[in-house]
Amino acid sequence: MRNDMKSWWRSGAPWIWLNAAAVSASLAMVIGLLGLIAYNGLGHFWPHAVWAIEYNAADGSGTQHLIGEITDEEVTSVERMRHAGAQLPENIGEDLDRYLLKTGNRDVSGLDFRWILQPLIVERLRPHDLVVFERTEWGNFYGFIKNIKQDGVIVSEGNAAWLELQARLEKIDEVRGQIRHLEKGEIGAINYRIEQLRLERRRLELEGRDTPERLAQLDSERQVLQTQFGHLRKELDAKYQAISGDSVTMAVMNRQEVEVPLAKIVRAYRPNDMGALQKAGFYLSKLWEFVSADPREANTEGGIFPAIFGTVIMVMLMSVIVTPFGVVAAVYLREYARQGPLTRLIRIAVNNLAGVPSIVYGVFGLGFFVYFLGGNIDQLFYPEALPAPTFGTPGLMWASLTLALLTLPVVIVATEEGLARIPSSIREGSLALGATKAETLWRTVLPMASPAMMTGLILAVARAAGEVAPLMLVGVVKLAPSLPLDGNPPFVHLDRKFMHLGFHIYDVGFQSPNVEAARPLVYATALLLVVVILVLNMAAIAIRNRLRERYRELEQ
Amino acid sequence: MNPPSPDPGSGESYKGSGHFRLRLLRDRLARYAVAVGGNGVIVAILLILFYLLYVVMPLGRSPEMWQEAQYAMAQQAPIEYLAMEEQAEVGMLLDGGGRVHFFSTLDGSTVKDVRLPVPEGVSIDSFSAARPNTGVLALGLSNGQALVFKPQYQVSYPHDKRVITPEIVYPLGEAPVDVDTRGQPLKMLALQAGESYSLVGWAEDGTLSLLHASAAESLLADEGSFEFEHGSTQTDEEAIQALLIDPGQRDLYVVGKDGTLGWYEIDAGAAMRLHEQIKTTPAGVDVADVQLLAGGTSIMVAANDGKISQWFSVRGEGGVRHLKQIRSFEAPRDATRIVPEFSRKGFLVADGSGGVGVYHATAHKLLMHQTVADSGIRMLAIGPRAHALLALDDNNVLHFWRMRNEHPEVSWEALWSKVWYEGYDEPAYIWQSSSADNTFEPKFSLTPLTFGTLKAAFYAMLFAIPLAILGAIFTAYFMAPKMRQVVKPSIEIMEAMPTVILGFLAGLWLAPLVESHLSGIFLLFVFLPLVVLITAYAWHLIPEALRQRIPDGWEAALLIPVLALTVWLALTISSPLEHLLFGGDLPHWLDIHGIGFDQRNSLVVGLAMGFAVIPTIFSIAEDAIFAVPKHLTNGSLALGATPWQTLVRVVLLTASPGLFSAVMMGVGRAVGETMIVLMATGNTPVMDMSVFQGMRTLSANIAVEMPESEVNSTHYRVLFLAALVLFLFTFLFNTGAELIRQRLRGKYSSL
Repeated sequence: MRNDMKSWWRSGAPWIWLNAAAVSASLAMVIGLLGLIAYNGLGHFWPHAVWAIEYNAADGSGTQHLIGEITDEEVTSVERMRHAGAQLPENIGEDLDRYLLKTGNRDVSGLDFRWILQPLIVERLRPHDLVVFERTEWGNFYGFIKNIKQDGVIVSEGNAAWLELQARLEKIDEVRGQIRHLEKGEIGAINYRIEQLRLERRRLELEGRDTPERLAQLDSERQVLQTQFGHLRKELDAKYQAISGDSVTMAVMNRQEVEVPLAKIVRAYRPNDMGALQKAGFYLSKLWEFVSADPREANTEGGIFPAIFGTVIMVMLMSVIVTPFGVVAAVYLREYARQGPLTRLIRIAVNNLAGVPSIVYGVFGLGFFVYFLGGNIDQLFYPEALPAPTFGTPGLMWASLTLALLTLPVVIVATEEGLARIPSSIREGSLALGATKAETLWRTVLPMASPAMMTGLILAVARAAGEVAPLMLVGVVKLAPSLPLDGNPPFVHLDRKFMHLGFHIYDVGFQSPNVEAARPLVYATALLLVVVILVLNMAAIAIRNRLRERYRELEQ
Repeated sequence: MNPPSPDPGSGESYKGSGHFRLRLLRDRLARYAVAVGGNGVIVAILLILFYLLYVVMPLGRSPEMWQEAQYAMAQQAPIEYLAMEEQAEVGMLLDGGGRVHFFSTLDGSTVKDVRLPVPEGVSIDSFSAARPNTGVLALGLSNGQALVFKPQYQVSYPHDKRVITPEIVYPLGEAPVDVDTRGQPLKMLALQAGESYSLVGWAEDGTLSLLHASAAESLLADEGSFEFEHGSTQTDEEAIQALLIDPGQRDLYVVGKDGTLGWYEIDAGAAMRLHEQIKTTPAGVDVADVQLLAGGTSIMVAANDGKISQWFSVRGEGGVRHLKQIRSFEAPRDATRIVPEFSRKGFLVADGSGGVGVYHATAHKLLMHQTVADSGIRMLAIGPRAHALLALDDNNVLHFWRMRNEHPEVSWEALWSKVWYEGYDEPAYIWQSSSADNTFEPKFSLTPLTFGTLKAAFYAMLFAIPLAILGAIFTAYFMAPKMRQVVKPSIEIMEAMPTVILGFLAGLWLAPLVESHLSGIFLLFVFLPLVVLITAYAWHLIPEALRQRIPDGWEAALLIPVLALTVWLALTISSPLEHLLFGGDLPHWLDIHGIGFDQRNSLVVGLAMGFAVIPTIFSIAEDAIFAVPKHLTNGSLALGATPWQTLVRVVLLTASPGLFSAVMMGVGRAVGETMIVLMATGNTPVMDMSVFQGMRTLSANIAVEMPESEVNSTHYRVLFLAALVLFLFTFLFNTGAELIRQRLRGKYSSL
């Protein structure tokens, strides 16, 4: 036995197993990580049961009636809880379960999460008529419907109130849609035009062309807009008035009664009363809201549409910049430049730039693009807006340029690799048939290398979509008032700041006042980002593999 | 490359045709366009390096000084004081006759003359200036009174041209106030101004009298009226060189001609108490001038032996503060004046041979020395923005110079060595770039940040290197090809994982998990290898037939459930274990035993960032091992070596440069990583190697502070320097790795 072990030890098998364990651990971490994000990200939208709990307060102050979702549970030691001042019954062992209860109603109780200890729970139920509101502010609301009031008069009570509530909410939702359209669309456009008129006036003054006729014309245009604005404002006020009268009286935790204006309710549902199918429907509608709606409540609720939109626009702009330059540089290095120590050096340098920390690009982008280029552009072309900067401040264009610079090495390296794989016999064939070098390149080499360029571009996009550090310096913000693309000419606003998925994760996860409430949303955002990037990368790998196959055939 | 060969059929005619020429032209144009574009891109890349350098360069630039004007000043009485307003357009001088003369600094022409309301029959015996930012001045009179006044400058822009109109205001009223209530002449005067005013006068009989004037709080009192408190004490000093009050109006420094310095504390009720008396100069050496530096914490003493020493109070044994000499500067022996800057810790020293030295106290540096006059300088003034100076020489000639001195506080020493800052008890490495207070001195030591960067990288590599390298060995050398096809890309694809997600998980999921299962995490480091070995031995013991079911090279797949089980087990027994050994709470226990525990610590960063660099190292290392020519291994195996022996003696030896380059690439990535460290640490710039403490790295520091730093300020440039350091560091590391890899490739192809 001992000999056997010795010889086994000597054979090196244990070491091989340790090596195997290293791979297994790496793999397990990868799988675990993806699983963790997917589980937390996808689970968030499922309607969870809401509990009504009779609870002996830990400080011994009597019985409480709590309402909320259980969002987390853990085992902790009785000792630690006693230290923290909890009055626990004797003989409950060493450990106890405690639950994190999301009680919502932040406007009523101040806190929306609290830990409760399992031994102190007297009774817990899932009443069917427990209602959850998602609100435009103050987060979720939990309670039982008492009655519905219109302008302070009770219009519905008891069981009928739930149906009445839904009918009224539907109407309100419709009006809210109209309000949004008015505010963001028409009033936004008028404000934009008024601002443009102000800038034009200033420009005329600066250039000394402020003739009275011209100024009068501007003033009259302004007058027209002001009148329009007034009309819209009135219309808007009427709509706000229309939805402000309704309210619902709710019985909340500890049997308190609270009145909630219906205009503040985004969605009302009774999770304990839902069947699996209803839940699935609810899940899908929440998922749709997540990708299509604007954020609410300092980004901790609602959707992430502006962040998705900002990321896509930024990445598209970046692609437009990086592709031609990257391809030209690769073609120059591979096809035109004399191969020698210098090109080798350049190639190493380009390769290494891919390893330079992205924050360095951010610093460069801020210093060179924003302050130097942007500052000069403002002086030359936008003097009327000064001292408010137009391009001399972080924005979409500079972010795209910075990331284009950051991803340039990726495109160059991928394209070069593609060019290098094209057998020289093909080039020679083309030249032998009388084509010029440019024609060979344009008609033969580049089309054959296009999948390689595609690979490079996809990798560049994947890198850019996940990059956050440089963007923090050159253009992203936590909440952009308007999208970089809208109906006001010139339609694409390169000077605007924008929102970004990656930065959204950082900001909501670490800078938001209510991290606990925002966490599920961050997981969901992370999941979306991971999926996008993994899909892009796998596409790049698939294209590369197909490309290799094709050249292998060509070579044979 | 060559023009197309002529078509044999219609050769000559086509070659001359317009179409052919057009094609040639297009070809040439394409060549130029590509060359220009390609070179442009390469230049753009180089631009990054040069732009960073361009922004950083001014940090090292020495100050410049150039003369703007010089003119004689006709003056009857000796000049007591010289100053300039903000723009350095109007100068002001005060003579012993009580006349304030405002003049244009460019040509000396008079702007305004004001005679101060000194009572009849009273002479001016002394003069004092408060902290220069306040601009408040005072005259000590022969009747024991003092006149407090303040030159003020109104700026207006008639016809878009700046016009500065000086005037004099009297904060305590136009009538002089009593300082020495006995009416003794004030031979020496100290003044400090802020919300309240403090004046200390010294009479020849050794009496120090204090007047404290604070704004009246009573409702009945008029706006702008003051309540006065008087106090006095005796000093045994016979010849006094200077009286100074600190801006907080709590400390009074009485400096004798022979260098003795008495530190009096001013208590409530205008009482003065001697706190400490020290000697600031060697015996027999007299003091030429004493001034407080901006902020009023440091006392600068210029002695006649050519030394300027800086003193401030530090906490000694028992928490008692005492004055200590912090550093000293070489200066000319005939130094006449010290003139501190208004807002930085810089100062000028004028000497008896017409020279001006520009110093910075904290940087401990003489920045430049310039002769500005042909005779000794009696009086020197610096502009509030430290961009101009006025010097009055012994021949009553005024010299007006401009100065550019943008970043005096930065020196190699200040960036990388320990510096003794005001208010600290010992020299230290400190990064503290901003604060609410404007007398605050920014502290730019890159050492703690570099330390933090290397610390984070170190812990990350500690975690990543074994996993990545061992994993690469197994994948490249032992793993079944089918499994390898899946495993390699799935680990590599993690390289594209956005680090913001890793950082978020590290900060919000891993950090609390590690805190609550700390002992379990440490158990894992022991358990995992142990369990693997036990599994391996068990596998060895099970019957051959069963073992054959799973082909060689699939051990890794077999181990995944075992590992998962071990992790679960370790985390589960973590809590009971902590109960048993550490009173139920290991982080708390560590705290009690003097090991600080930070929730977002290096352990978390090491795990998260280690995870981020594993794919980088794994991918390169795997390639290097896989590329070892097969005939080498086959030869070794044929000679009877076991696979393990072959691996260690042949494969790893051949691939070692590749492995080294893989590690270097990993370090390069870990050093520059921003989001993970930003989110998974507390970002406090401490110098502590403990695994339970956080850190602040260069990159996270840039991300946090860059958006708020003012363009072209010292802070901005130092952050650019940090970026440049990162750039060069990673660039050198990557180039090194790349060169090694290329040499390796050459070696393989020759094998």
